[in-house]
Amino acid sequence: MNYTLDFTPVIEGLPNLLWACLGTFTLAICGMLLAIAIGIGGVILRQSPFKPLRWLVIGFVELIRNTPFLVQIFFIYFALPLAGIRLDPTPTAIIALGINGGAYAIEIIRGGVQSISKGQREAGLALGLHEAQVFRLIILKPALRAIYPSLTSQFILLTLTTSIASAISAYELTSVSQRIESDSFRSFEVYFTVTAFYFVISWVMMRVFALFSSRYFSYPVR
Amino acid sequence: MEREELLFLLAGLKWTVALSVVAFICGSIAGLIVALARTSGILIVERLTAGYIAVFQGTPLLMQLFVVYYGLALIGIQMDAWAAVSVGLTLHASAFLGEIWRGSIEAVPRGQTEAAKALSLGYVSRMKDVVLPQAIRISLPATIGFLVQLIKGTSLASIVGFTELTRAGNIISNQIFQPLTVFGVVGALYFLMCCPLTIYGAHLERKFLTASR
Repeated sequence: MNYTLDFTPVIEGLPNLLWACLGTFTLAICGMLLAIAIGIGGVILRQSPFKPLRWLVIGFVELIRNTPFLVQIFFIYFALPLAGIRLDPTPTAIIALGINGGAYAIEIIRGGVQSISKGQREAGLALGLHEAQVFRLIILKPALRAIYPSLTSQFILLTLTTSIASAISAYELTSVSQRIESDSFRSFEVYFTVTAFYFVISWVMMRVFALFSSRYFSYPVR
Repeated sequence: MEREELLFLLAGLKWTVALSVVAFICGSIAGLIVALARTSGILIVERLTAGYIAVFQGTPLLMQLFVVYYGLALIGIQMDAWAAVSVGLTLHASAFLGEIWRGSIEAVPRGQTEAAKALSLGYVSRMKDVVLPQAIRISLPATIGFLVQLIKGTSLASIVGFTELTRAGNIISNQIFQPLTVFGVVGALYFLMCCPLTIYGAHLERKFLTASR
């Protein structure tokens, strides 16, 4: 082994990499928000009395969960312009992440809604609350608590998935590191450092999510 | 899309299947070792494997593939993209399967281990004949779920430069300028591989749920 590690290009590119972390956060947070919106919307549609609508949601979830994100992002990247929507790679990546995360969110949120027993809903209705109020006050909060662990680990997964957005050269950590790598040819050094960055990011997210959970969801069950 | 292009995609599909199978089999063997180390009861070994698992769960698969790909070259092991990606996916699978199987080994009732010990069975026999057969049953739905993740994960090999299904799609799409058709077909091929597994996994999960009731 006559290769000497040289981290100089990494150190010189450090400001760029740190800015790129912000890009990764932007993708992750916007993607998450879109995923939650799709998740909640999907669950409501999934429970509609109109059968084709329910099938549509089931079909969407299965389609997304059984195909790779890379193929999805390519498809969306090429499909949007054909639909007359011209977007930069970064917003395109957010849409793709939101759609992908949304499919998983639908399944997770549905599990949470089902964990609330029917009697709760009926009691709410009997007290004269509207269907919407029952959903918001009686079903949503306890359900949120039930799904919190799986939803947050899905979010960490989504954050790690943002690295695939580099395939359409969205602005985030992986694409910036690829640029540094192709300028310096210090492939191992660059990717090793960036992997450590991702590890720190997901570790911090895990801590923050745990903190939130102990703050807001630590009331007794009954 | 012409017949020739479809055949090119199918050739890519063949590599996707090969990559998935190799990574799953090698990953299972390594994953079993990881799971046994994680539940060995030796503190240092358990800590180390927990760290190993955390690293793979806390970083993107794409980065893992990059690091393995360039890392292997660095330590003087010359490999083509196919072998390097297999090693990367194997390590990835070993960590995830290790964690899944750790969970199921711990889910086997403690009395089983105690009874085996009382019968003076050694570690190997206790694991092989008593704990693992039950643990494997418990872990099946999650294991199949991970297999689906792994098949989808092989698509990232295209970014490292290996021509499997997704990269074959890229090549064809650049040739005939019909990205939607090509990626639609590519997506459908992945779907045909993954969906039966997903359905089977869900079926097993329901079966176990009703059995445990």
